[in-house]
Amino acid sequence: MTFFEIVRGPLAWVSFLVFFLGLVYNLYNFFKRAQKDKVLYGYFSLKHTLRSYLFWLLPFGSYSMRQRPLFTVISYVFHVGLLLTPLFFLGHIEMWKESWGISWWALPNIVSDFLTVLTIICGVVLLLRRFLVKDVKYLSTPVDYALLALVILVFLTGFLARYQMFLPYQVIAGLHILLGEVMLIFIPFTKFSHIFYFWLIRAYTASEFGAVRRSKDY
Amino acid sequence: MEGFVRKPVSDIGIDKTIERLDQQKIKRAIERVLNEEVTVRFKIFLETCMRCGMCSASCHHYLSHDRDPSYAPASKVKLTLGDLVAKKGKIEKADLKRYARIAFTECNLCRRCTQFCPFGIDIAYLISLVRRLCGVLGVAPQFIQDQVYSHMSSYNMLWFKQDEWIDTIQWIENELRYEIKNARIPLGKKDADILLLIHGLEAKYMTPLLSNMLKIMLVSGVDFTLPDTDGWDYTNKSLYMHDFETMTLVTKRHYEIASKLRVKRILITECGHAYRAALYESARLLGWKEAPIPFIHAVEFFYEILTQGKIKIAHKVKEKATLQDPCNIVRYRGLGQKLRFIVRELCEDFVEMTPNQEYNYCCSSGGGMVDAGPPWKGARIEGGKVKIEQIKETGASLVIAPCHTCHKGIEDLIEHYKVEAHVKFLADLIAEHMEIPERLRP
Repeated sequence: MTFFEIVRGPLAWVSFLVFFLGLVYNLYNFFKRAQKDKVLYGYFSLKHTLRSYLFWLLPFGSYSMRQRPLFTVISYVFHVGLLLTPLFFLGHIEMWKESWGISWWALPNIVSDFLTVLTIICGVVLLLRRFLVKDVKYLSTPVDYALLALVILVFLTGFLARYQMFLPYQVIAGLHILLGEVMLIFIPFTKFSHIFYFWLIRAYTASEFGAVRRSKDY
Repeated sequence: MEGFVRKPVSDIGIDKTIERLDQQKIKRAIERVLNEEVTVRFKIFLETCMRCGMCSASCHHYLSHDRDPSYAPASKVKLTLGDLVAKKGKIEKADLKRYARIAFTECNLCRRCTQFCPFGIDIAYLISLVRRLCGVLGVAPQFIQDQVYSHMSSYNMLWFKQDEWIDTIQWIENELRYEIKNARIPLGKKDADILLLIHGLEAKYMTPLLSNMLKIMLVSGVDFTLPDTDGWDYTNKSLYMHDFETMTLVTKRHYEIASKLRVKRILITECGHAYRAALYESARLLGWKEAPIPFIHAVEFFYEILTQGKIKIAHKVKEKATLQDPCNIVRYRGLGQKLRFIVRELCEDFVEMTPNQEYNYCCSSGGGMVDAGPPWKGARIEGGKVKIEQIKETGASLVIAPCHTCHKGIEDLIEHYKVEAHVKFLADLIAEHMEIPERLRP
């Protein structure tokens, strides 16, 4: 087996499995432990939770985002790129088709290229921000830099693999897949877990601010 | 601790208590608070913080200290719970001292940062865990501890005795008779519509304010009573130490008096923390989802009697006025609109602070900082720079603050920063500007 075949085959299975099992374990653990908390279930309000999701997902929907327009634009674009390109890049869908014979709607290549470059730029800006902005620098730990760097590298290698630059395709694409798999495995166990904790924490805060405090959390 | 530079302040409640502690006690307290009492929230809040810095500029302490990163909300968590978790609970006494200083004197638990966090991480909850940890060890500003002990022994914050309470109300009644014909202040009357509870300070030092509140009650003609036993003071300073045992004791007492007197509602005067504590913070701990007997704030009461025409404003306030939105009744209970209705009824020239309502900055005295007493006055004056700038920008000479803490805090800020302005309670303004009907005049 070549390096490419390993990352394309068994390692892909491992990473998806770890990701899903980790996710399920985390969520199970959360909902089980939440029963001990008098507040989480007792005061949950669907209406206020949905209201909060809406305002925090719309660009400039929250007061907080409106106060920091530049950061909002950068992190918004970064996250849109992070969500859309892995799922809707034609090359990725081709691989699904090759393996399992399934496919779905894809982004036009020009759009996914553009998004990839934007994501890399925004990621680099966010990384520089960690180094340069005083309060963010004070807060950041090595892990924060490393995780951000990992995301940037995944996108960078992906872009290089698509245009087959610098290294032979099998090597650079293999590296891209490997880093992507590492990222996937990391999601449930590192700060990447904010992907799903976002929804849970927002539900708590929205219910508290909306139903109990009759105020706004956005 | 790197980047944490502070002028030394000595507070025997913190320093002396820490001297007496041993490692075993500290370990047991950590075990109790962070293993037994906390829930899953603690873990996911700490794990989810991406250190993006969105909360920094929401904090008046951070802004007032020239954006010193160690005052940013997320940094305060990092310097306390983050440090504790990193050290796996094996902390030094110096660490504990830093935790207490940050939790009690550098955070007002105003929850503005929670509104700014993209995840909605409840930073104030994390800081209050630090207070709880310090609280169970008895490590807290001496002045707060004193008030909590007073609550334990007398159900009021100022060691006021029962006979002094009854005596105070009786002489206020006597004096009110010069202004209101046959003024009668009922104590312990059964089946009244409203049970009025008051602030400890109002009974001891600020009796003119209490007298004004009672005057409004009498003129509005509502059927009310005051308690004739201990438990007349609605303040609940144990909330600041997160001393849940005392906190629930006090709240339970209030609801018990109300049910014994068979009143329909409980009314409190202008205060923030007590409203929040009785409505949900300690009601929850007692197992009630919400207040078992309607518990209303003076702002809700004034709104009610003004809209129902029970009192009328005879002449409006002429000077330029602005309004401080107390966190505990606005961000914590959405009374902003009712408050504005009252202020507009009262004032000809009302100008808003920016930002306002639920986004307003804390007065820098809330969450127990004013109760931490003289040693920490400097901390709240420094932290209030943003607030005083906000007030200056409005150009108002009257600041309306419907909360004892905001009132005192802003008064101190105005004095320290030499601003031409004064602070007033709503009750003072209403009593001064309302119409006293002919039939009630002596």
